[in-house]
Order: sequence, then structure tokens, then C-alpha cells
Amino acid sequence: MTKNKVRIQNAVTYGMVILFWVVIQVMDKTGHLTSLFKGLLVPLCMYAILAVSLNLTVGILGELSLGHAGFMCLGAFSGAFLTNCLETAVPSVGVRFFMALILGALVAGVFGLLIGIPVLRLKGDYLAIVTLAFGEIIKNLINVLYVGRDANGFHFSMKDTTSLGLDEETGVVLIKGAQGITGTPRAATFTIGILLLLLTLFIVLNLIHSRTGRAIMSIRDNRIAAESIGINITKYKLMAFSISAALAGMAGVLYAHSLSTLKASSDNFGYNKSILILVFVVLGGLGNMRGSIIAAMLLTALPELLRGLNDYRMLIYAIVLIVMTIFNSSPKAIELRSVVMSKLRGGAKKEVA
Amino acid sequence: MSFLSYFISGVSLGAVYAIIALGYTMVYGIARMLNFAHGDVIMVGSFVIFTVVSTFGMNPFIGIAAGVLACTLLGVTVERIAYRPLREATSLAVLITAIGVSYFLQNVALLIFGSNAHQFTSVVSLPNLVLAGGNLTVSSTAIVTIISCIIIMIALTAFINKTKMGQAMLAVSEDRGAASLMGIDVNKTIAVTFAIGSALAAIAGALLCSAYPSLTPYTGSMPGIKAFTAAVFGGIGSIPGALIGGIVLGVIENLSKAYISSQLSDAIVFAVLIIVLLVRPTGILGRKINEKV
Repeated sequence: MTKNKVRIQNAVTYGMVILFWVVIQVMDKTGHLTSLFKGLLVPLCMYAILAVSLNLTVGILGELSLGHAGFMCLGAFSGAFLTNCLETAVPSVGVRFFMALILGALVAGVFGLLIGIPVLRLKGDYLAIVTLAFGEIIKNLINVLYVGRDANGFHFSMKDTTSLGLDEETGVVLIKGAQGITGTPRAATFTIGILLLLLTLFIVLNLIHSRTGRAIMSIRDNRIAAESIGINITKYKLMAFSISAALAGMAGVLYAHSLSTLKASSDNFGYNKSILILVFVVLGGLGNMRGSIIAAMLLTALPELLRGLNDYRMLIYAIVLIVMTIFNSSPKAIELRSVVMSKLRGGAKKEVA
Repeated sequence: MSFLSYFISGVSLGAVYAIIALGYTMVYGIARMLNFAHGDVIMVGSFVIFTVVSTFGMNPFIGIAAGVLACTLLGVTVERIAYRPLREATSLAVLITAIGVSYFLQNVALLIFGSNAHQFTSVVSLPNLVLAGGNLTVSSTAIVTIISCIIIMIALTAFINKTKMGQAMLAVSEDRGAASLMGIDVNKTIAVTFAIGSALAAIAGALLCSAYPSLTPYTGSMPGIKAFTAAVFGGIGSIPGALIGGIVLGVIENLSKAYISSQLSDAIVFAVLIIVLLVRPTGILGRKINEKV
């Protein structure tokens, strides 16, 4: 693609997100938004960020990762922890939220780097299962983590709140194991979510169309050829993986600030979450950031829009998933589609003639 | 003595993982796909057995036979509808349809049986084995599980090495294109693989739910993931690897539950997996594939 084309494509992606924001704002002002849909807006942004960031690992780097929810979990907990810690020191919720976003991204990014060093040596499905394993380990460890603070500083425990040995007067339990973190201010708004999504897009799209991005894609296309022309495989793999992790951590912080109680449960951060994000990436198209956003938003909204069908909604979701994938990827379906398209085009030409 | 009893129940849990892992490993070896819905086939099998035995009050053997039959049909149907059209597509596409099938099966079960846990009556009605003057009790379910696992392993190895179909499976797993040139019906071979894997899943479901009797639409998903871990641990594609991986994982899980922390047992299992894969990147018995330039 030429530079101009890339610019236009990127502009369309940014424009689409901004247009979405404008439409929602207009709908909100004119009272066309149901409260159900309002509650969906922050998760929509969050899933879009997660899908774009995972697409960096799966689509651009070409490695299947099933541990994305683990990084999100790390970001969510470190961010919520910071927000609660600094409650007295920094009274402004906005400033604390901002600091939490940076910390969450940083923690997840550092862990992405640490996990990436051993893990990225593996290939294909082995890599997938190890990232899944790391995600589950992170979730399980946070589930038994107790952190408290009193006049003497921080106390950690893996057992229960009493073994923290907190000073009775000044002690506050900040992370309560399976009960998680409570009392985080719900500072996440739709506008902040969209801004973070734009930031994510900015980082990822610029990375892809840079020298670094081309190096990363060359590793995906042919590792040996890339190595033979002097590309440092480990460095670029780690770079893509930890950036992807950091962005997931940021999405986690957004998530943490949209809930009053944050728990490291299987529903929130289990491997099913990672798989869900992977579904967005694959259906949106590998390496296609705009597709990731559209797929994430549609598929997040779909079960909610089908709420009228109650029990059948997840069933329909499953069928949509299967049918869409077959329609998208099956060689026969692709052939059929191109035949239909060419017939349509042929017909249109005849009409013109 | 308590160590021994934890160890034996660990081996029994591991035997169930091994039977499930066989399904993963055979399908992976032959069709090169991760069948994420395999865990849910276990759940379907368990529900069929539950319905036949507890609701209609039939003999457990009839129940297991019905479960095996239902799962075999299910496995073949799923393969035909959801996986075969994507045979030539990228492996990620098949992964997504497998996830779709998994959601589908869970939600069908949810619609029929609801989300409440059902009490599964054990298919094993033998008395427990008491050893060492009453100090060590081995549950009959554990014994039956371990014996079934051994029988299945022997039968499967014999099937693969001695029958024409088994040889065809080996050929397809080696090189699909060459196998089809030799006149092997690749589609049929893959369908048979799915049938066997799913039948084994039904047996695994019966054994799993006899030991852990609470049955919900999500019963299969965690054991499925653990068994998949076991398959990778032992070297995916390898049948003895599935056995070793399953047993090692089951023992580690049970011992860490007993001596370290029940909340951390999953984390420990996964940590062991990571360590093993870092030392041997293709699992314990996995074949090393040299990359050609």
C-alpha cells in the first residue's frame, strides 16, 4: 500500500470511532438511549481496545495468545489498587484514574515482557496453551492475595485478612482475596473509553506502519527469512507482545473503574474471556484493526440486543459465530461469494450498457 | 497413609484426564485442530447418562451405552457441519467454530436442564476397597476409573497398530496429502477419529461425574482445559503422552490440593506445565519437528 492509501485507511478507522462517539452523544442528548445500552457503552470501548491490542499479537506478530484476560486482570487490579491507595493523598478522582491507567498499563506491560521472554520461544499451539496457563495463574494468584495498609506500611498475605496482622486502628484492607477490591470510584465514562480506544488505535496503527511494524510482520510471514536479514526476532516479538499486554492492562483499568466491586473471578478474567477477545479478532479479520473494533462492538452488543429472546440469546450467538466463521473462511463459501459478486457486477454492467 | 490415598485419588483423576486427553490428542494429531468443544461433549455425555439412569431408572450400563452412542453421533455431526467446511481454511477459523460449538452445546444443555447442579448417581456400585486394616480406603470408583483407562489405552493402541483404519489414521496424521494419494479416504478417517474421541468423552464423563457428582452445563469445560493441558504436557499427538500427561497432572493437582492450597492447585498445575514446556518445548513425548529452510 502506498503512504497515501495507508493514511486514508487510518483516517477512516479513526473517523469511524469518532462518528460512533458523535452518534451516541446525539442519541443520548435526544433521549434515544435505553439505560441498558448506556451500561454497555464502557464495555464496548473496553472490548474494542482489548480486540485491537490482541490483534497486535495474533494478527501482526502471528502468535496465538490465550492469556489476554490475564494482562487485563493485572492492569485492573494494579489500577484499582492505586486509585484506592491514594484516596487521601490525591483527592481528585480524575487524576487518580489517570495515574491508575498509566500504572495499569505499565504493570501489565512489564509482566508481558517477563512472561514473553520464556514463552515466546515456543511455537503455535504450545504457545497458546502456555499463555492460557499464565492467564489462569495470574487470576488464581490474585484470587488469594490479601493486601492491607496501616501506619507501618503495607502488609501482604496469601491466606486471609487476619493473617495480615494489621494495626486495628489505622489498618485498612485494600485487596480482600476472592472478594477483590471494593469501593473503586466509578470514574470510567464513555468519552474516556473512546479516548483510550483512539489512543490504542494511534499506538497500534503507527506501530504497524513503521519500520518496527514491518519487522514484526516479517517475523510473522517468515521467521527464518527475517532472521537471515538481521532482524532481531526476540526483540521485536517481545516488543509486540508487551505493547499488546500494556494496552490490555489499560483496558483492565477502564474496566475496574466501571465497577464498584472488582473480583478476579473466572467470569471476569478466566480463559473464557481471553477466548471471547480472540473471537472478536478472528471474526474482525487478522491484522485488521477496524474489523476488530466492529466485531468487538457488534458481538458485545448482540447478546444484549437479543435480550428480548431471553434464554435463546446465547444459543443464537453461538449459531451466528459458527455460521459467520464458515461463511468467512470456508473455501467453498468464498468461491460462492465471488461467483455471486461477479454475477452481480456483470448484471450491473449490462444494465449500464 | 493419607498421602497414599491422596495419591490414588490423584491417579484416578489423572486417568479421567488421560481419557479426555486422548480425544484432544487424536483429533489434533489427525485433523490438526484444537477441538475446544471436546469438554462440552463430556458434559453432553454425562447428561445423557444422567437422564437415562436417574430419570428413567435404567441400568447404568444401558446409560453408558446410550451416552457413548449419543456422543459418537454428536461428534460426527459436529465434525460434518462445523469443522469439515473449514478443512482447508486457517486453523484459527476452525478454533472459532469449535468455540461456537462449545457455546452452543452449553446453552442447549442450559435450556434443557437449567443452570442448577444435578446430583449424578455413580455408575459404579461396588463396595470400596479397604486395605491395611482399615487405614486405607480406596473408592471403587477410583479403581474402576484406573482399570477403564488402562483398558482403553491398550485397546486404542491395538486399534491403531493392528487395524486398517488405525493405520489410515497414522498415515493421515503423518501427511494428509500423501495419504489421500494412497487411496485413503481422509474425510472418513477424520470422522472416525471424532467418533472415537467423542465416545471416549462419554466414558470419561461417566467416570468424572461418578467421582465428582455435581453436574451442570459447565461441568465439562474446566476438565476439558485440564485434559488439553495434559495432552500438551505429554506431547500433543502422542497417545502414551496423553496417559503420562493425564496421570502426572491429576496427581499434582490432588497433592497440591491436599498439602498446599486448594485455591492454588490450578495455578500449580499450570506452573508445572509451563516449566515442562520450557525445558521440552514439544512436551514429554512430543516429536521434535525440524524446520526446513
